[in-house]
Amino acid sequence: MDNARGVPGVYPPVITLQGVRPRLYWPISLVAAALVALLAYGLTTQGTDTSIDQSLQEGKRVAAPVKDLPELGSNATGSLADQKGKVVVLNVWASWCPPCQSEMPLLQRTHEQIAPEGGVVLGIDTQDSPDDAMAFLRKKNITFPSLRDRDREYGRDYGVSAYPETFLIDRKGRIAALRRGPVDQAWLDANLPGLLKEKA
Amino acid sequence: MRYLLALLLILGLTAAVEPKASLPDIEDEVMCVECHTALNVSTAPVANQERQFIREKIAQGLTKKQIKAALVDAYGPDVLAEPEAKGFDLSAWIVPGVLVAVAALGVALMARRWRRTTPVATPDGPDLDPDDARRLDQELATFDR
Repeated sequence: MDNARGVPGVYPPVITLQGVRPRLYWPISLVAAALVALLAYGLTTQGTDTSIDQSLQEGKRVAAPVKDLPELGSNATGSLADQKGKVVVLNVWASWCPPCQSEMPLLQRTHEQIAPEGGVVLGIDTQDSPDDAMAFLRKKNITFPSLRDRDREYGRDYGVSAYPETFLIDRKGRIAALRRGPVDQAWLDANLPGLLKEKA
Repeated sequence: MRYLLALLLILGLTAAVEPKASLPDIEDEVMCVECHTALNVSTAPVANQERQFIREKIAQGLTKKQIKAALVDAYGPDVLAEPEAKGFDLSAWIVPGVLVAVAALGVALMARRWRRTTPVATPDGPDLDPDDARRLDQELATFDR
C-alpha cells in the first residue's frame, strides 16, 4: 500500500476482515456462537414458566409440584404430599408483601371453614426473614401451616412471578385453579365448593 | 511455641482492626430480592425489611461477613450482589476472563502480523532517484540566490 507521497509500504496496512487469516475464522466463530448460546440459555432458564396456566386454560389439571421444605417456625420439614387426599389452598406469601398481608385474614377464615370438609390452607413463605414471618403470623393470628421456600425454587416450579399467588389443588394432588394476584371471596366461592365435593 | 504465640498475636490484631459493620458498607453488596436491584437504590417493601434485618445484626455486634451469611440464610444466595461461583452464575466469572484472553490473543496475533508486513523506514526516508535528486538540487539552488 502506498502512502500520500507515493512511497510504498511505509504506513501499516488497513486491517479488514479480509486481513484475518482463514484459520482464525473457526475459533472466532466458535467463541461468538458460544456467547450467543450462553445468552439464549440464560434468557430461557430465567424466564417464568407458564405451562401450568396453559394447561388450565385448556381445561387440563396438572400434577402439583412436590418438594420437601422446612416448616416455618420449626426444625421439621414438610411438603404438599403430607396433605394427600385433601383439597389444598396453596398460598405463596411473604411478610413484606402488602397484598399478602391484606388477604391473610380471608385465608385464615377459609382454612377454618374447609378444615371439617377435608381442606387445608398451606402457606409457602418466600424470600422472607423467618423471624419477621413468624412475627407476622402471630400478629395476624394465623394458624394454618406454612413451609419456607427461601430460595424461591419451589415457587418457580409453579411459575410464580409475584406475590401473592394461590393454587387450588384437588384431592388427587392436581392443580385445578390458580390466581396470580390476591384472592377474594368470590373466586374462592366459585372454585372451592366443587373441589371439596370431589372424591380422592 | 514462640511462633504459635506470634501467630496468635497477629490473628488477634487482625480481628481487633476489623472495622465495625455499617449499613452503607453492606447495602451496596446486597440485592433487593424482589426487585433485583442493589439494596442501596431500592425502596421496595422487602428492601426496607432487609435494611432493618441488617441494622438488627449490626446492633447485635456481628461482622460484615457474619451479616452477609445471615442474609443468605434468611433470603437465599440471590441476596448477594456478587454471583455465586457455581451453576449458571459461574459464567459471570468465566466469560469475562475468556473474552479478555481471546482479545489479548487476537491483539497479539494482529501485532505479530503487522510487524512482519511493515518495512522498517529509514530515518531520512527512501533514497530519491537521480532525476528527482537533480530536480530538487535545482529548486533548492533558486532559494540561495
